[in-house]
Amino acid sequence: MKLSTVPGQRPGDQEAPSAAQVPAATRRRGRRPRRQQLITIALFLTPALVLFLLLVIAPILLAGYTSMYKWNGFNLPENFVGLDNFTRAFQDPTFLGDLWHTLVLITLSLVIQLPVSLALAMLLNQKLKGRGIYRVIFFAPYVLSEVTTAVLFTLVLSPNRGLGQQIAGWLGIEALDGAVFADPDTVLYALFFVISWKYFGFHMILYLAGRQGIPQELTEAATTDGAGPWQVFRHVTLPLLGPTIRISVFLSVIGSIQLFDMVWVLTGGGPIHASETMAVTMFDRGFRRFEVGYASAISIIMFLISLVFALFYQRYVLRRDTEGALTTLGDQR
Amino acid sequence: MTAHLSRRTLLGIAGAGAGAYLLSACGGDEPTNPDGPQTINWWHIQNTEPMLPVWAAIAKEYETAHTNVKVVIQPLENEAFKAKLTTATQAGSPPDLFQSWGGGVLQQQVDAGLVKDITEQVQPWIGTLLPASVQPFTIDGKIYGIPFDVGMVGFWYNKDLFAKAGITATPTSWAELLTTVSTIKSKGIVPIALAGKEKWPGHFYWAYLAMRIGGLGALQQAAKDNNFDTPDFIAAGQRLKELVDLQPFQKGFLGAEYGSPDGQAATMGNGGAALELMGQWAPSVQASSSTSKKGLGDKLGYFAFPAVEGGKGTVAEAFGGGNGFVVGKNAPASTVDFLKTLLDVANQRKSAATGAVLPTVKDAADAIKDPNSKVVAASLASATGFQLYLDQAYPPAVGQQVNDSVAELVAGSKTPEQIVKDITKVAKSQ
Repeated sequence: MKLSTVPGQRPGDQEAPSAAQVPAATRRRGRRPRRQQLITIALFLTPALVLFLLLVIAPILLAGYTSMYKWNGFNLPENFVGLDNFTRAFQDPTFLGDLWHTLVLITLSLVIQLPVSLALAMLLNQKLKGRGIYRVIFFAPYVLSEVTTAVLFTLVLSPNRGLGQQIAGWLGIEALDGAVFADPDTVLYALFFVISWKYFGFHMILYLAGRQGIPQELTEAATTDGAGPWQVFRHVTLPLLGPTIRISVFLSVIGSIQLFDMVWVLTGGGPIHASETMAVTMFDRGFRRFEVGYASAISIIMFLISLVFALFYQRYVLRRDTEGALTTLGDQR
Repeated sequence: MTAHLSRRTLLGIAGAGAGAYLLSACGGDEPTNPDGPQTINWWHIQNTEPMLPVWAAIAKEYETAHTNVKVVIQPLENEAFKAKLTTATQAGSPPDLFQSWGGGVLQQQVDAGLVKDITEQVQPWIGTLLPASVQPFTIDGKIYGIPFDVGMVGFWYNKDLFAKAGITATPTSWAELLTTVSTIKSKGIVPIALAGKEKWPGHFYWAYLAMRIGGLGALQQAAKDNNFDTPDFIAAGQRLKELVDLQPFQKGFLGAEYGSPDGQAATMGNGGAALELMGQWAPSVQASSSTSKKGLGDKLGYFAFPAVEGGKGTVAEAFGGGNGFVVGKNAPASTVDFLKTLLDVANQRKSAATGAVLPTVKDAADAIKDPNSKVVAASLASATGFQLYLDQAYPPAVGQQVNDSVAELVAGSKTPEQIVKDITKVAKSQ
């Protein structure tokens, strides 16, 4: 039996085509929405749109406006400086450091965190004793809030009284002397460890769900054709997990770009800015130094980075996965 | 006027959220009649025992005595207060009475026309306060706020650990301090506790050294010229480097907080370090964050920051600050009268008796119980000069840069010459 699966499309996708995917010919002629329907649509859309405009679009425009001013947040911005705040950001060693840290965190997430989550998901898909318990345990950290997690690890990795210190002592490890958050060379990796600890369960559950959407017949057929476990994973499971992996990568990258609360509570961006992220710098400049214009510029840069990444990713990576689900020109392309 | 108002209102809605906007809508009326009905919105940061109930009781009493006045209290945590105040001031509607440390932040609020000049109204009773304490709240010769608490920074030391290291006298010069630290370290005791994660405790060292080397004048001159790239400030960095090179701080100090169970105050309170450089609140925070909840008790001693050989400053010059309240621009007529009530001798005694406040009213000094706090109060009363914390005295951006730069010096990533350039650059850009 030959395997013929369209990569990136789950079996079952065919069964329930969404409205947008129905070929135009099968639709009723003259399906132009009538006035009545337009009114209904408007009625249902208005509350959401108003909220969206007020809480998302307006603040973005406002931040864009204030980012062009040198402004301390008092009264109204008057000192127009054009794009000075933006050029300043790209000359600010702290901000350039933030960009670098973000890149490091993204890379580590993609190279370590997601593969580990995937491996665990595959493992917990096997029939083992107490599988449900393991799943719950691995997923549990994700339920904790970021601040709770950060406080927890502050205590665990505390240099003088922490649990990590005790365990390292028993094992006779001197290297992990508990001061991982106090050393500019290790703080970023310590931070990555904590982030991974919190989020690997979430990605694992995503992959598990994706894995369970793959019909048994396919893997069985591959095995019958003489494929070993690795080949089954490589040629059947992995391609069919494509959509899930792509979404998980997307969430992971966007999360890294906007990382704030965990860093704020855990390290405050220190020591000496070694674990600072864009959001932390933005908060410090805005609320501590009262350089609100500059902070707005940083937030706009963050927004643009996220936006550009999201658009490109949607356009080139997620295109097949989201076809018909998002407002693409489903049947007219 | 209307266009101005609508732009501001727009900013209020979008920037500060509808809450601040509503606040500005109902806080805009300014009753000039002190006998008419009025509401005082009061934000303070004494959001925990022991001061929280004291403030509440005083406000209740005042309401009973003045039936036309309502006092609405918002106790806020320090960081939350700063963020909330920023949004309220951006909407152009500051509270009627709110926490301030004076200095550079107050200067910005004055420049923005957000606070009231109360010089005239407080004239009759301002003389009851320590003159040094009012200084940070005086901008261009006008008084905008009244301090209810004032203190200074000095060395707090563990007498037991000093005795264990065989040290009999507290150091009176920087060279002696370095020797003391070396001796303590050689006995296997951690000499100094420092919260490196929160940068303000580190800036005390650099600021004090600059004060002892260049005198108060040097600090005032630097603020005037926006120039810190002077031999005095470089020397302060070099002296601090001498201390840092002895590696006197506890393990993992760069990640340590001030008040957490493993932080600077707890390290002192648990007897884990011999010294810390901290303000007048040190004993109470040491106690509350220590494992025993009692701190060091009478094992804790205090000595002033030592002089530096050949420096222009003397040991009698104090570095510190205090908490005060400033009056918002739309405050009702009774606000200053209420402030006067907060600051009367009886209420200052009540505040001082809690141990959390060093009173600014001279006649309330007898209510201080703790012997160390008494020493601090006496040094303050006899101080020949007073300098506000640098991160409060200078504009916020400069103050935070001082904190950042000193942290970089302590961590060894920048030299004394580099940090004065960094600070100067920020100061010039303001």
